[in-house]
Amino acid sequence: MSDLGIDISLTVNGEQVSERVEPRQTLVDFLRDNLGLTGSHVGCEHGVCGACTVRVDGAIVRGCLMLAVQCAGSQVETIEGLSDSGEVADLQAAFEQRNALQCGFCTPGMIATAQDLLAGGGVPSRDEIREHISGNYCRCTGYHAIVDAVEAVALQRAGAAK
Amino acid sequence: MKPAPFAYKKARSLDEAVALLGEHKDARLLAGGQSLIATLNMRLSAPSLLIDINGLSGLDGITAKEGMVEIGALVRHVQAERSEIIAKLVPLIARAMPHIGHAAIRNRGTLGGSIAFADPAAELPACLMALDGEVEATGPKGKRTIKAQDFFKGLFETALGPQELLTAIRIPAATKDTRVGFAELARRHGDYAIVGLAASAQGDGKGLKDVRLSFFGTGDTPSRARKAETALESGDIDAAVAALDLEPHDDVQAPAKVKKHLAGVLLRRVAKQLMEART
Repeated sequence: MSDLGIDISLTVNGEQVSERVEPRQTLVDFLRDNLGLTGSHVGCEHGVCGACTVRVDGAIVRGCLMLAVQCAGSQVETIEGLSDSGEVADLQAAFEQRNALQCGFCTPGMIATAQDLLAGGGVPSRDEIREHISGNYCRCTGYHAIVDAVEAVALQRAGAAK
Repeated sequence: MKPAPFAYKKARSLDEAVALLGEHKDARLLAGGQSLIATLNMRLSAPSLLIDINGLSGLDGITAKEGMVEIGALVRHVQAERSEIIAKLVPLIARAMPHIGHAAIRNRGTLGGSIAFADPAAELPACLMALDGEVEATGPKGKRTIKAQDFFKGLFETALGPQELLTAIRIPAATKDTRVGFAELARRHGDYAIVGLAASAQGDGKGLKDVRLSFFGTGDTPSRARKAETALESGDIDAAVAALDLEPHDDVQAPAKVKKHLAGVLLRRVAKQLMEART
């Protein structure tokens, strides 16, 4: 560690974490390398692929376009946290049922992004679903099944809410 | 890739940020970071210090007064997207907002940062030009105002001095006669534009006056197409397309010839939007 290190404290998936980090370390590298939370993936490292999507203080962000030092005092939630709390259990089941993935590299980001859309309530149109996940498109073109899965969960949640 | 090492300092006041800019000539300001951190990751930029201005107070408001709308430099895209003031009084920016990046990017990116970064393919610099807006810059000598047309100097280059921060943007509020239009072509929704067009005009009976066509992705800065504006004011869309005075360069997205053609396609779409009465 160089002398540029800065001590930060933050909450990750509900647990208090204190670490010394270099300013240049991105949030996603911090989560993966320092905390072993490898569910957030590192893809393009310039904000295009969305594989590193995590939630900071309730809002989804690119883990590669935030620095760990910027997250001091924040609440960070990764796919591990969303998964363990059961918040995205229905999305995970729908993705599995519909085989809504090919290589799966984008899946954690897709789930986090889909949950962000569905948390707004209502049943988004297929166009709205496509637009919301547009920042997570990668290479495989396997998106019909993903849209199907997200739409199915939206309908299911809307039904359950009635 | 990973960024080269840099120091990090969270500014506690505007004065401190200005002072730090003076002490560290190659420092960069960190606002939303959605362009800056990408360039750091790619090592296109390697400053010795990042001055984080996210904690500064008083820069995140959207206010309407005396016929102008003032947007603080740290207003995030998502905040503008949801703002009733923007929807009502700056409808061009409301229209542009969904084209800017993706939800996760809009949660962090700031309007001030986008304008100060001056990416030639970005939406907001072109909107500011189309709306005849202005920038408030704060430096060692206090505040000054720079008109949009004088602000964008070149590729990623603005009129901001080395020790100045963009602290707000100001835009004339829309009136009942204001018409706006926006269209953009990108390979993937939310990506930087191949070509885009932000436009404003005043309705004048059945016609238009004060047409301002601000293209982006077609040059080093947002580009006004003044001959096309004049043609559109006389109500002739075909003539406006024929008169389109743009000289795009080839870039990674498309050759100049394709860009010129696409600019004409967008002009037809936007002209139609401008000619529809506001509801």
